[in-house]
Amino acid sequence: MAIFAFFDEVHKRFDGEDVLRGLTLHIRKGEALIILGGSGTGKTVILKHIVGLLSPDKGRVYVNERDITGYDENQLLTVRRKVGFLFQNSALFDSMSVFDNVAYPLREHTRLLESEIEQKVKEKLKLVGLEGTDWMMPDKLSGGMRKRVALARAIILEPEALLYDEPTTGLDPITTRWVNVLMRNLHERLHITSVVVTHNIQSAMSVADRIAFLYRGRIKFVGTPEEIKECGDHIVQEFLKS
Amino acid sequence: MMRWWKQFQQRIFRSVHSIGEVAYLWFDTLRYGFKRPYEFKSLLHQMEEIGVRSLPIVLISSFFVGMVMAIQVAYSEANFAGRVMVGIGVGVAITREFGPLLTALLVGGRISAGMTSVIGSMRVTEQVDAIRLLGASPAKKLVFPRIFAALLMLPLLTAVADFVGVFGGLVVSLVDIKMTFMTYIYQVQRAVSLTDFFGGIFKAVIFGFFIALIGCYNGLKVEGGAEGVGKATTRSVVASSVCVMISDYFLTKLLIIL
Ligand SMILES: Nc1ncnc2c1ncn2[C@@H]1O[C@H](COP(=O)(O)OP(=O)(O)OP(=O)(O)O)[C@@H](O)[C@H]1O
Ligand SMILES: [Mg+2]
Repeated sequence: MAIFAFFDEVHKRFDGEDVLRGLTLHIRKGEALIILGGSGTGKTVILKHIVGLLSPDKGRVYVNERDITGYDENQLLTVRRKVGFLFQNSALFDSMSVFDNVAYPLREHTRLLESEIEQKVKEKLKLVGLEGTDWMMPDKLSGGMRKRVALARAIILEPEALLYDEPTTGLDPITTRWVNVLMRNLHERLHITSVVVTHNIQSAMSVADRIAFLYRGRIKFVGTPEEIKECGDHIVQEFLKS
Repeated sequence: MMRWWKQFQQRIFRSVHSIGEVAYLWFDTLRYGFKRPYEFKSLLHQMEEIGVRSLPIVLISSFFVGMVMAIQVAYSEANFAGRVMVGIGVGVAITREFGPLLTALLVGGRISAGMTSVIGSMRVTEQVDAIRLLGASPAKKLVFPRIFAALLMLPLLTAVADFVGVFGGLVVSLVDIKMTFMTYIYQVQRAVSLTDFFGGIFKAVIFGFFIALIGCYNGLKVEGGAEGVGKATTRSVVASSVCVMISDYFLTKLLIIL
């Protein structure tokens, strides 16, 4: 099976604290992989390595069979163009309207006409259930709406892979369920690789093809949702029960 | 003793490291800033933010400094000719020194703090990462418009401060010292050369550059949430003021040699 991304013994430390300690992980093309882990364990750090927003202190990161470890910002463009990233804080640009936020990647990366941009933006906003919010400013939106705008922005370039950083944290149960369904639908409709980082077990169980469990800077377990339930490791079971 | 020496070494090392990073940021700004699509809109926005919004502080403070200068010159005991020399004293002091310095300290504190807090909160909410991810350079999108707006607006504000300061001196001369309008203006004209005026403006350009670069750099380096933004903002105000003071000395020296 083809591999989308491969972490080879990746180490990363911040201010004298080891966050990743020789993490090894394969992400397969076309799968929905959920990375589970407690808060502050380095989940965001893992995702940022895939698009070169962070680079390893030691070890290598491969994306689409290419070693991106030493890439500069220009070389990283080719990787970043094909990957959508839903940031934990949504990371909408405060100074731009919802429409301009979603249109931003198109304006940066393509030479489409304004009318074509408008059509695409409207289509994506509809997909995430936010028609008619085009001219609102991000600070007027609720947390859930911001996440959805960010999702529309992340998929506007029709990426090959989508990285979600805690897509359901801070949402109410109903919106959470809705987001889970949306992620699964997008995954199947767009035939993409989905990587979801979360500490929400229900999310994991309903969306995942495979689940990876992050513990102390390494992947302690990888397997299907059924396999993880039967896994004998008591730390994994402890986490599942909580 | 050893420990003290070690800490000292580390401090020096960190400072040199930061200076290197600041230089690198400037290099990146030049490298990416002039590429298409140009950031005209944000440049205009920043010019408004820096120029228009700083105008009230500049007007008020330079007016009062001009008045204070006039009184100081007029009533200085050592200088028996003081009363007659007000125009000369005020004109020279304001255009050469107080116009640019005052503007850089007041406006500089304001704008470097503003830049650090805006860019810093963009950093902690991952907007800076989003800019990089979506194919642009933060140096181009955020730093370039701010530095160039400061390069353009600080000299303009300084020119305003010069005129208003001299005007403040005039008011005191007329009301308090009973000097005639013509005498005061004549003195200012005789004393202040174009070289003085443009020397001050030149200082303002350099100050603007340092202020904006420091403000942006500290913003991009923010770590640790909202608290980190607050700390970085304070650091920016201090660093930009100190940098203005130190560079003022060397610029003054340089202008006198030239
Ligand atoms: N750019 C950075 N600079 C300094 N420290 C960082 C940076 N990014 C992450 N860290 C540190 O690395 C550790 C792991 O961070 P990370 O954000 O990946 O955790 P997380 O698993 O995503 O947690 P959360 O559930 O809170 O999002 C934290 O201690 C954090 O302070
Ligand atoms: Mg995180």
